[in-house]
Parts: sequence; C-alpha cells; structure tokens
Amino acid sequence: MFKKILIANRGEIAVRVMRACREMGITAVAVYSDADRASLHVSRADEAYHIGPAAAAESYLNIPKILDAAKRSGADAIHPGYGFLSENAKFAQACAGTGVKFIGPSAASMEIMGSKTRARVAMEKAGIPFVPGVSHGLASFQETAEVAAAIGYPVMLKAAAGGGGKGMRLVQAREELRSALEEARSEAQRAFGDGEVYLEKAIANPRHIEMQVLADEHGNTVYLGERECSIQRRHQKVMEEAPSSMVSPDLRRRMGEVAVRVAKAAGYANAGTVEFLVDAEKNFYFLEMNTRLQVEHPVTELVSGLDLVHLQIRIAAGEKLPFAQADVSLRGHAIECRIYAEDPDNNYFPSPGKITLLLQPSGPGIRRDSGVYEGWTVPIDYDPLLAKLIGYGSDRPQAISRLVRALNEYFVGGIKTNISLFRRILGDADFQAGKVDTGYLDRLLKNPRPEAGQEDCKVAAIAAGVFAVLDPGASANAARRDSVATSAWKGTARTEALS
Amino acid sequence: MPMIYDVTIDGKDYRLELERANGGWKCKLDGLEVQMDALLRRPDVLSILIGGRSYEIKRERSAGDTHLWVGSVRYAAELRDPRSLHSRASGRVDEQGPRRLLALMPGKVVRILVEEKSEVDAGQGVLVMEAMKMQNEIKSPKKGMIAKIVAVVGANVNAGDVLAIVE
Repeated sequence: MFKKILIANRGEIAVRVMRACREMGITAVAVYSDADRASLHVSRADEAYHIGPAAAAESYLNIPKILDAAKRSGADAIHPGYGFLSENAKFAQACAGTGVKFIGPSAASMEIMGSKTRARVAMEKAGIPFVPGVSHGLASFQETAEVAAAIGYPVMLKAAAGGGGKGMRLVQAREELRSALEEARSEAQRAFGDGEVYLEKAIANPRHIEMQVLADEHGNTVYLGERECSIQRRHQKVMEEAPSSMVSPDLRRRMGEVAVRVAKAAGYANAGTVEFLVDAEKNFYFLEMNTRLQVEHPVTELVSGLDLVHLQIRIAAGEKLPFAQADVSLRGHAIECRIYAEDPDNNYFPSPGKITLLLQPSGPGIRRDSGVYEGWTVPIDYDPLLAKLIGYGSDRPQAISRLVRALNEYFVGGIKTNISLFRRILGDADFQAGKVDTGYLDRLLKNPRPEAGQEDCKVAAIAAGVFAVLDPGASANAARRDSVATSAWKGTARTEALS
Repeated sequence: MPMIYDVTIDGKDYRLELERANGGWKCKLDGLEVQMDALLRRPDVLSILIGGRSYEIKRERSAGDTHLWVGSVRYAAELRDPRSLHSRASGRVDEQGPRRLLALMPGKVVRILVEEKSEVDAGQGVLVMEAMKMQNEIKSPKKGMIAKIVAVVGANVNAGDVLAIVE
C-alpha cells in the first residue's frame, strides 16, 4: 500500500480524497496556488506544497510543478480528483515516467476515451450501441450535409475534443446547418484548441444516465449501478440521483453489462463512468466515458455502501477487487445537490466573495462534502462548486424529504448560492414523479417562481423590521447609495436614532 | 414610541410597527396586532416565535440588495422608514439622478462596450466582467449618458466597486 499520496486538486474533492487517505493511514499531501493558501484542503492535509500563481495553467494544470511537489514530498502516488489534470493522458504518462503511481486508468485507456471520435471507433468495434452518426471529424460542409440527410434531422454537431456543451449545436433543418457548423468549429477551436467536429442524430428529450464501473488491474470489472444526471443547466449537471426512477432491474443489468464491455474494450482499470443517452422508449446509447472519479460519486457510495476513493487507492496499489458483480447490491435512494456560488437573480452567474456566515445541515441521511468554511473568501479563479449536499433515504420520497429538511438548515451568507433552486426542484410535481430529461431544468426556470406562501411573506416582513432594530450596524453596512439594485436598508441607521 | 417601517417582500408592501415593551415586543403588521417574540441568535440569524410557531430567519446581504430566508425560501426584502426624508429621497425615485454602476461580485473587467459620453438605453450592456471562468455583461440601470467609465480592462474589482456612472 502507498505511504504518501499527493492530491493534485483543490476544493471539496481534495478534502474528500484526503479524508480517505487519513482513514487508510496514508499521509495526504496538498498542493496549492497563491489563491489557495487559506483554502480548506491545505489545512486538512498532512503536508502542503506551494505550486505557483492563481492561474490554473501555472499551478493545478502545470505538470512539471506537480511532479516536482511529488518529488519534494516523497509521495508514491498521485490522486488527480476530477477536472484539472484528471483526464490528461500526458500527465498519467509523466507520472509513470517518474515512478509515481497515477491513481486512475492507464494513459492508453485515457487516450482512447479522450477523443470522442476515437472512442466511437473503438466502441463500434466492440459492438457497443451508440447514437447513429459519424465516427470521424467532418471534412466539409458538403459531407456534413450528406451525412445529416442520411441519418435525418434533427442532428447534433459535437466537438471531438469536447465536454461541457462547448462546440455543441442542435440543428433542426438543413438551412441552419452551415452557420451551426461554422459556430461549432470555431467554438471548439477556442475551447479545446481543436476544431474537429462530428455529427450524431439528435435524441428528443433524452435522459442522461451514467453507469459507474470499477476495474482492477487483474482483469476484473464490475458495475455499481446508474446515476440519473438529467437535471442540467447549460449542459452542466446540477443534481444527480441513484438509482434512476426510470431504470428497471433488467435495464440496469443490460446497461451495466454494456458499460463493463466498454471498459474492457478500452483496457480500463480503476474507477470510471460510462455515460449513456436514454430515449423515451428506453433505448440507450453510449455517449462517452469519463476516465476519473465523478463529482457525483457520493450517490453511488450511499446506495452501494462502498467507498469509491478507498477502492481507487487499493486498485492502484495493485489489489484485486474485493468483491464480484454478484456481491454488489444497491439499497435505498440518494440525491445530490451541487451547491454553487452563483447568483440566482443574475442568471446564475458565479458569485465569489467572503463567506460571512455558514450554517450547515446534518442529521440522519445527510452527507455534506464541502471545501469551504466561514470566514473564507471564495477565489474568483476557479470553478464555483462550494460543496455537495447529499440526502439518503430508504426510498426516493424519504431522500427527497430529508434533503428538503436539510436545505432548511443550510445557509451561506456573504455570497450568493443556488440553494434556493433545489427547494424549487424538490417541490416540483414533475421531479417528484421522476419525469425529468435534459431539458427539464430550463423549462422549470422559464416558469415564474411559484407564489410564495402568504404567511411566510408576513414573517419575512416582520423579520426585516426586527433585523433593523437588533442588528442595525450590519444593515447600515450593507446599504450603499446608488446601488444597481435599489435597496433601502440605509434607512435603518437613522431609524435607530429615533428609538 | 413605535418604530414604523414600510417593508416590501417579493414585491408585496407591508406597513410594520415595532416597539420593545416589558422585555418583549409589540408588533403590528398592516394594522393588525401580532403576538411575536424575536431573538438575534447571531448576526444575520433571527429566531422568531409567532403565535407558538418557530421560524429561523437568515439574512443574505450583498453589494446591492438584501434577501431574507424563511427556511429555504428566499425573499427579496426592502425596508424604508417613512419618516426619514433621506430614505424617501433614495427610494424608487432614485431613477432620476446620476447612478453609479457597481460590481455585484468580485471579478475581472474583460471588456468595455461603450465609450464615455455615449448614450445608453436601460438594460444596454456597458462592460463585461469575468469570474470563475464565466463572463457576465453589466447592464445600464437606466437610459442616459455614460458620464464616466471608472473600470479599467484587465483590472480586478471587488463587490461594490464603482464601474461607471450613468447620468
């Protein structure tokens, strides 16, 4: 087993991996940029090394600096977390070259899955079902138009190097094709430095369902059930759950077996996720494989009773999987909310800043994976994920009611968060009925917010006055003349003079 | 002598009268008496008891506005003292005079979309800010002329910093 693991990441996932290291008696090494000296992951580590300026390219994405920190600390393995270098085959290769074990798949497996067109070719050979389309970059408008006509509109243009919805365009008819192709190419070029674009048939209102797989380095591969990830904004997941309310045991077994075949076809080892699109008739199509731990891995941990990070570490250390497929049993239901520093009044634009107050939920069935603390300033340089709140129950209604209860206890002051969004989703009839697809959240947000309860409005009105009386200094601080949004808390200081 | 406030919660107006009496509170909302007890548990967190019901209220403050959370429901809150000339003058009639365009969050100024002395419409983009890899257009709060652009491309700004002035 490893003695010391360097975690090449920050935020909640670095803290999550460090917890596993502590539990396993392994020394945890943090790395940090100029912007992260005060970050939680640095305090939670046994050792911490500075790796450079705030810009990720000069710190968390800088391979030589991270390998240098590994060398200085004497770490014998590196856990990449998610994002940053986690899916970078060159990094995995460089780790191998310096004799530090990369906790993840081989560089060769990552290379197959790193390009969506290359992955399609490999999966085609392995007989994996995927969305009808082409498995190579489109050379010309002429070719694109021919392929689109052959498979039928609507079609989806996608960047081969893509992710996160960048370089993606839905095309309803031939007239839109030329400009969509140009836009997709230039966006892909800008985002990934690679303008290669391919094309697939567009599936109407699909669900996005993914299968967790785990493979050791001795040829044993299992699946740990699915996660429903259809609740997305701008192609970014917001909420995930396990199991999916639309997946029957039979469908789970079929998707799981395909996911295992995908992993085997890529010679895959360690934890990975096979993403599928599922249409209304429950046909499922291979979308891509994420060659790393997912943000939403906790929901699988809660329903499977397994610790995926422990298992990742044990697999990387050369151990065999300690169980077989038949031993995997899923129990209960788990739902994760991604708590982002985002402004719900301003189209969910990131809202970094100082956390002046942090009230955190706990109690039965609640897990919180957080990378923040009260008094910390959320830096402007990185992704706005603050924490993940996960509710677990013996069934879906209980998981939902526990999350609703926990959200009541949750509050982050000083910055804006998307916490209020989850209350809305969890209370929505379609969500409660399990009727979700990848367009669900955009539709929900287009509706006006449901009318607030009369009683609670009155309570808020009384509270506004009580705050002005009992906590006036703070109110006066908050008040700024000429603010963009008109506020009149400024009146309160004067009121005090009268009382 | 009660304190009187005009309160707006998510667009609904209330008249609130508050008075501390005998270690407790006298409270009237729109003229109706409310049995209420309140305790500031810590800055920005109130415990309120109304007719035996218990509420935890959290106050969210940011550069431009205030929200109150009753449980996990978030309400936009505005409060004015009707006896204060100052607050009346700075209330909704504020539309008239020059307005400072403030940064709502920390970030970096990446582009300026208009020139000084140019005319802008209400809602027109004035500049673009970036934070956490996302870009956001900062819009003019009113129709008028850009009197001054304070922001500098490439500079980091804090929440509440003045970016431009619209007249």
